Amino acid sequence: MKIPISYNIRNLIARRTTTIMTALGIALTVAVLLSVFALVEGLRSSLVSTGDPLNLLVTRKGSTAELNSSMTPEQFQVIKVKPGIAKLPNGEPMASLELVTVIVLESPDNPSGINITMRGLNLTGAAMRESVKVSEGRLFQPGKREIVVGKGVAKRYPTARIGSKIDLGRGQWEVVGILDGGRSASNSEIFCDLAQLAADQNRETGLSSVLLRATDEVAKQALINDLTSDRRLNVDAVSERAYYESQTGAAAPIQFLGIFVAVIMSIGSSFAAMNTMYAAVARRAPEIGTLRVLGFSKPGILASFMIESLLLSLLGGIIGCLLVLPLNNFTTGIGSFTTFSEITFDFRITPEIMLSGIIFALVMGLIGGLFPAFSAARKQILTALKQN
Amino acid sequence: MSDVVIQANNLTKEYVRDEFRVMALDDANLQVHQGEFIALMGPSGSGKSTLLHLMAAMDRPTSGSISVFGQNLQTLSDAEIARWRNTHIGFVFQSFNLIPVLTAMENVELPLKLTKLNKTQRREQAKRALELVGLGDRLGHTPRQLSGGQEQRVAIARAIVTDPDVILADEPTGNLDAASARDVLTLLGRLNKEFNKTLIMVTHDPGAAKTASKIRYLEKGKLLPEGQKPAEY
Repeated sequence: MKIPISYNIRNLIARRTTTIMTALGIALTVAVLLSVFALVEGLRSSLVSTGDPLNLLVTRKGSTAELNSSMTPEQFQVIKVKPGIAKLPNGEPMASLELVTVIVLESPDNPSGINITMRGLNLTGAAMRESVKVSEGRLFQPGKREIVVGKGVAKRYPTARIGSKIDLGRGQWEVVGILDGGRSASNSEIFCDLAQLAADQNRETGLSSVLLRATDEVAKQALINDLTSDRRLNVDAVSERAYYESQTGAAAPIQFLGIFVAVIMSIGSSFAAMNTMYAAVARRAPEIGTLRVLGFSKPGILASFMIESLLLSLLGGIIGCLLVLPLNNFTTGIGSFTTFSEITFDFRITPEIMLSGIIFALVMGLIGGLFPAFSAARKQILTALKQN
Repeated sequence: MSDVVIQANNLTKEYVRDEFRVMALDDANLQVHQGEFIALMGPSGSGKSTLLHLMAAMDRPTSGSISVFGQNLQTLSDAEIARWRNTHIGFVFQSFNLIPVLTAMENVELPLKLTKLNKTQRREQAKRALELVGLGDRLGHTPRQLSGGQEQRVAIARAIVTDPDVILADEPTGNLDAASARDVLTLLGRLNKEFNKTLIMVTHDPGAAKTASKIRYLEKGKLLPEGQKPAEY
């Protein structure tokens, strides 16, 4: 670089008010985009980190989710003796018949209530979810109306704290524990005893799904083939991770809207950067003329003003990243059309997301700086020297 | 002659302003020899600055030719002219034209950025140039922290830092008080006498012109023959 960058940095400092105002405009645009990215990343990371890689989810053929699937205890008896299923230390197959339903919980933000997934399972099912720990209180006891709630649910719903009682149809259910599922979707669910829930819901014969653990990857694929081709069962079997990953589409409308807003804002920010740089070129015309007289070439002048615009947008990008940082780990929820309930998750600001924000800002600077830089480079020396 | 530095033949520059043709320089012929110090004088609009700008290749003639050290400037591309200007020409402006956000040292170092010198060499050379103009103690000062005379001396240091063959000065004392103007003229005189630099200076000030070894007058775009001057001079 021929013209020193210190020349550009000092010019940005010299007109600090304009610099800050333009950088803030870019920063807000970056912040909007990054919040959307952080939301999508939070949801994605919540869903993809759910489940063991060897777990399989078995549902009725044609059902799109556990909620609209139906599974009988008889089917379960056939499924759990299939070859390739891992065993617990006590010799029992790692197979869990589960019932998934939706309950409505109220919160100060949503007085009319939000759908939450309630999962009835037995102790084998709980044991198969190694990454899900009881962080407070204890696990539910079989045969009792006790529930443990995911930490995301506990955080967002005051009615779902330990000791609280939730009225669900036939009786009151006591919250006895909080589950910590890391970043997984289990944080959005409520776990309880399968038999008790099935009895309360009159669904002893119409349960939802079966969770299986294969012994290894080869057995997992063989199990999928075996289950899906077994005409007696009439079921679908998919990897548990794939099942949850397919739900990331829940964020698609927000992602689309967020990116749309950010793109519209970025056009405005690019114009702001362009305006700032045009003003800089106009004000510094005699300097441009002088630099040309000293021997700096037209491409050198163009590069210098481009760099100044990029520095300006870099500053905006950095401020945008800082603005959005407090959102990191902020818990929120999003409704899923697959489960008809809310998935709670944390906003996630990763280094990759921040980098994408910086790149986005630099693109705005590039677009905003291009025409002013060309205009600076095209100036005739004598015309530039005479401008004041 | 072998020591001809600048050779202008039938040099003409015509501008079109608001549909009117303005003959800024009309058929000028000039030879400048190595080590000469020429003052260009004449009333406003007589073509002095136009001639100076053509010598610096800051503008292109409408017709005629100009060669500096045998190099016909019209044959050079924009990029070649930029390089040529950096190597051969030092330019001093009436209003100094220092970069306000850079220090005196950085301003003087600026043309050296286009050379192959490393940072230490550039700094040393810029410091020497500033010491030569008597500003060795003002290296870190920005233009705002300098007087007009000091600013012009920094500008002269910037013009000589690449050791150019020719120094072109456009009204170098035009914005200075009498004392500062005297200092600047003394400095230009030294550059000519001690360092054998070829100097062309545009000026309105007859006193300043006396510093030069030769005065050439222009009137209405015409370069008058040596020894002739307009009636008002």
